[in-house]
Amino acid sequence: MIKHDLVIVGGGPAGMAAAVAAYDSGVKDVVIIDRDASLGGILQQCIHNGFGLHKLGEELTGPEYASVYEKKVRERNITIYNDMMVTCLTADKIVTAQGSSGILKIQAKAVILAMGCRERSRGALNICGTRPAGIYSAGTAQKLMNCEGYSVGKKVVILGSGDIGLIMARRMTLEGAKVEAVCEIMPYSGGLTRNIVQCLEDYNIPLYLSHTVAEIHGQKRLEGVTIAQVDENRRIIENTKRFIACDTLLLSVGLIPENELTKEAGIPIDNITNGAIVDENRQTLVPGIFACGNVLQVHDLVDYVSDEAELAGNGAAQYILNGGCKGDSVCTEAGNGVRYVLPQRVNTGTGKDVSLFLRVTKPYGKVRFTVKSSENVLAKAVRIKAAPGEMEKITIKADLLNNITEPITVELEEV
Amino acid sequence: MIKNITCIICPKGCSLTAEINEGIVCVNGNTCERGKQYATDECLNPTRTVTSMVRVSNKCNCMVSVKTVKPIPKGKIFETMELIRGAEVCAPVSIGDVILEDVFGTQVIATKNIDR
Ligand code: SF4
Repeated sequence: MIKHDLVIVGGGPAGMAAAVAAYDSGVKDVVIIDRDASLGGILQQCIHNGFGLHKLGEELTGPEYASVYEKKVRERNITIYNDMMVTCLTADKIVTAQGSSGILKIQAKAVILAMGCRERSRGALNICGTRPAGIYSAGTAQKLMNCEGYSVGKKVVILGSGDIGLIMARRMTLEGAKVEAVCEIMPYSGGLTRNIVQCLEDYNIPLYLSHTVAEIHGQKRLEGVTIAQVDENRRIIENTKRFIACDTLLLSVGLIPENELTKEAGIPIDNITNGAIVDENRQTLVPGIFACGNVLQVHDLVDYVSDEAELAGNGAAQYILNGGCKGDSVCTEAGNGVRYVLPQRVNTGTGKDVSLFLRVTKPYGKVRFTVKSSENVLAKAVRIKAAPGEMEKITIKADLLNNITEPITVELEEV
Repeated sequence: MIKNITCIICPKGCSLTAEINEGIVCVNGNTCERGKQYATDECLNPTRTVTSMVRVSNKCNCMVSVKTVKPIPKGKIFETMELIRGAEVCAPVSIGDVILEDVFGTQVIATKNIDR
């Protein structure tokens, strides 16, 4: 068994930004382990632009954004293991990986989990019908097209209006395919408004809200799908069924944080985010193990992933150098209209501002968010609109966190 | 004529209205100046950045991603795609390498590093 100060599981945007932040905070023995042949994670296949506006002040494509961070990693003396998959993690921070360099067993002082997420698959959806070729998750189709150059299909239906589905609708149209429909089971889209505009409206691709794919047809290759409207309980309305001929069905039906290692190490998971329960430094309930990026909560923007990873990197460095936060903490709770709040725990009296990240339960017009601990108001924020697809950030000033002992709740009211 | 436009410059996605009067555009609802510029362009000369990929001829199953340096006129997107489809490169490729010199007033450049 070898020893390292900090081991980071995953070399995507979260892992890279965490490594750089930890290094710059004074931990010089940092290792990144990634299962792919190169750093960058999912960004390698996200060839569209729109990354980095918030964080880097310029609009980049996915691979360009990744290369900015890869350069930072390589400028520092950070060890990278590519083609290595972490297969086991224990609560006492022993990391086992295997792959091109054989089997690696590392005793770490701290670990940062940055494994990202994977796509929800068709199996999780139970669509009736046959099992022909031509059904892909949107991200798989994206990888086949953008990295390997395969043409995926000619007539396409997309189920789910998450951002990857919207981006793929445009991508396939540009490559000469006809996208017949995007069906979204919810009465609103899960993607960013800008993607609805520049990926669907620009190309006159119809978006059917409150619609789903009811049946799949075809023997060897997909021949078509039956789509149908759903009622408010998401049950199919029989007399709205109609057939659309297509050779390809893309599924963009949600992302699942990849937390197998986290669970194996006995780290408690939040049932709503499907990621670990963390404090404001992104430390899990197992001291010395941190989590950031999409493995912790599914983000809409890579810029926020990088921000979150820096918190985790700094937090892990403080833990290694001086044991980290040891004071009191309170938990956070989602109140009216709020689906979840992250971090789930906040250390009090640390002298630092704390930002809360949250999502609302459904689309709203103008709202006011109130952050309270019993009767103390800690922060207020007004937004012109709020939607589940867009993460909100509200910051609590350090001095207001000094004498808090009751849970911090966030709720919204329509104004 | 009043046009409703969703700003796509940043993820906020502000809802803008633009009123066009004899070639002069009056914008409302924007949070920042870039939104105003976007709505004006969208009324007078809408443009988009095109991103795609080009086959790397000396490597198997290998594509390099590319983009137009500046946005091109919206009506030229499919013509730009045709030009990009006709391009070919040899590894090694570095980010910023010019793939096509003159595409509707801008260049198409590589957005990924590909080793030999
Ligand atoms: S107007 Fe400004 S803030 Fe609003 S979406 Fe456009 S760029 Fe973003």
